[in-house]
Amino acid sequence: MAPVIELENLEVRFGERIILKKLNGSLTGRSIGLLGPNGAGKSTLINTLLGFHQPFSGTARIFGKDIRSEAKNVRSLLGYMPENDSFIAGMTGVHFVRLMAELSGLPAEQAMERAHEAFFWVGLGEARYRNLGTYSLGMKQMAKLAQAIAHGPKLLFLDEPTNGLDPPARARMIQLIQEIRDRGDLRLILSSHLLRDVDECCDEVLILKDGRIAASCNLEEERRANRKFLELETRGANGTFTAAIERLGCEAAAFPNGRMKLVMPDGVEIRQLYALAADQNVQIRRLNHKRDSLEDIFLKAMEVPNGGV
Amino acid sequence: MAVFKHAYKGYDGPLTPTWSRFLILPRYAFEEMSSKRFYSMFFLVSMLAPLIFALIIYIEHNLSALKMLQIGNLVPIDPRFFLNFLGWQSMMAFFLAAFVGPGQISPDLANNALSLYLARPFSRAEYVLGKLSVLLILMSIMTWIPGLLLFILQASLEGHGWLGQNLRIANAIFFGAWIWILLLSLLALALSAWVKWKPMAGGLLFGVFFVAAGFSGAINAILRTQWGNLLNLSHLIGAVWSSMFEQPMHRGSGAVFFRVHGEETPIWCCWVALLAICGFCLYLLSRKIRGAEVVR
Repeated sequence: MAPVIELENLEVRFGERIILKKLNGSLTGRSIGLLGPNGAGKSTLINTLLGFHQPFSGTARIFGKDIRSEAKNVRSLLGYMPENDSFIAGMTGVHFVRLMAELSGLPAEQAMERAHEAFFWVGLGEARYRNLGTYSLGMKQMAKLAQAIAHGPKLLFLDEPTNGLDPPARARMIQLIQEIRDRGDLRLILSSHLLRDVDECCDEVLILKDGRIAASCNLEEERRANRKFLELETRGANGTFTAAIERLGCEAAAFPNGRMKLVMPDGVEIRQLYALAADQNVQIRRLNHKRDSLEDIFLKAMEVPNGGV
Repeated sequence: MAVFKHAYKGYDGPLTPTWSRFLILPRYAFEEMSSKRFYSMFFLVSMLAPLIFALIIYIEHNLSALKMLQIGNLVPIDPRFFLNFLGWQSMMAFFLAAFVGPGQISPDLANNALSLYLARPFSRAEYVLGKLSVLLILMSIMTWIPGLLLFILQASLEGHGWLGQNLRIANAIFFGAWIWILLLSLLALALSAWVKWKPMAGGLLFGVFFVAAGFSGAINAILRTQWGNLLNLSHLIGAVWSSMFEQPMHRGSGAVFFRVHGEETPIWCCWVALLAICGFCLYLLSRKIRGAEVVR
């Protein structure tokens, strides 16, 4: 599949502070999740791709178009739903979306038609002539989604789309995002703190930590992979035991209280683990077969020193 | 697609030319303004002066009307006449800028709307141009457009010879008005971008003119110089108009707002000061008009 976003030594600085540190990578998924703790650089990455920040060095390409030299062309392909409350004061919902569609290049008549359609699609059809200031938080989120898709973008940036939504509204938002994803003609970048949102909507995930890529993972492939995921509870295990397991060819992540998660490659048997534990005087108190969840991938990525894969 | 088919679909229809998109902003602004009675009333009142000036030109060329009024000569139709007109209309434009200008950018900043504008194929320059054109169009309708219509009316009544001899008046009306409305628009937008509270931004626009005028007067008095005038915007504009119309501004000509008091400042200094103010306003706008605020 052709890459949606290519990062090429992308570095962004604010004054002396380096926010994004030489990011490299290629994202190809239909729906890409952007994860990371606060201050990891998620919003800066989105803002840089949108052209709000200039890269200090390196560049990025969206659908093959350079964000530095073809910024306007790039933005004509994008839809953006910001995290914060963002709207235009004193406008009705449908006028707001119409204005945004017109600024994206749609003629006035088509913009009006698409604004109505978008409002009905997000479920705000009956409220479209109400002033935006009177909308509830959930309605504002839906109005932001409507303005992001009204002009028919090719790539949609969703920054914390379920922020402040109650459970039914969240479910509705997730359903809409999944509907967009499943159509296949619009790619998604979803930035969220909620792993569940990313897990439900995305087929690829990019995890940032301290301005570096801590992990990049194709969730779809992970879900399909026929690998052995194990969860251990041990007593007496230390770094030496973990290193010995890794020498067997396993991917291992250690957690507090002797908990460990392993991915066993083909050819390695469980009895080899027991033998290793016996050698090192480690007790295996419990052993479960468990698939790596997005949470595991995320926690493992957070353990990588100084970020970077 | 009918609205009952609640499904997302892409768009592959025609697009508007990129260069024309900044005009969307004034269109929406005028739609909003037309729904407010205050602006409509203000605009109607601001058209009274052009009507009165047109009436004066008409009566001046109508012998029977002059006989009826038993006056030989009403008002001479000369550069001073047009300078007076421009002065009055420019004062009205100033009030318009104080009412309309603060509402241009501050609500967008207060509601984080800039990221929505600038995430589209719509640049910061186009955003500023769009907002600027709201004021420029309104103030053009109040200043140089009626000014040139009066000039044409006078030329048509006076004959072609007058037109050829006084073409510089038309130039002065056009360029003199543009300098004023551009300066006002930039100042109003810069204040709107830096002060999020609309009434405060409007008040500051008055402050920039009247407080700066007082301050410049104080500098002149204390230091016994005329360089304090460089801080007095109405003095600067008055001096530039004076050179354009080739008329002195001392003797009660033009609107009272633009009279040049005391010694005249060299005209090139006035131009430099006006350019510097415009440049500073653009710098302020460039600092504030951003898709995302950077916390360094």
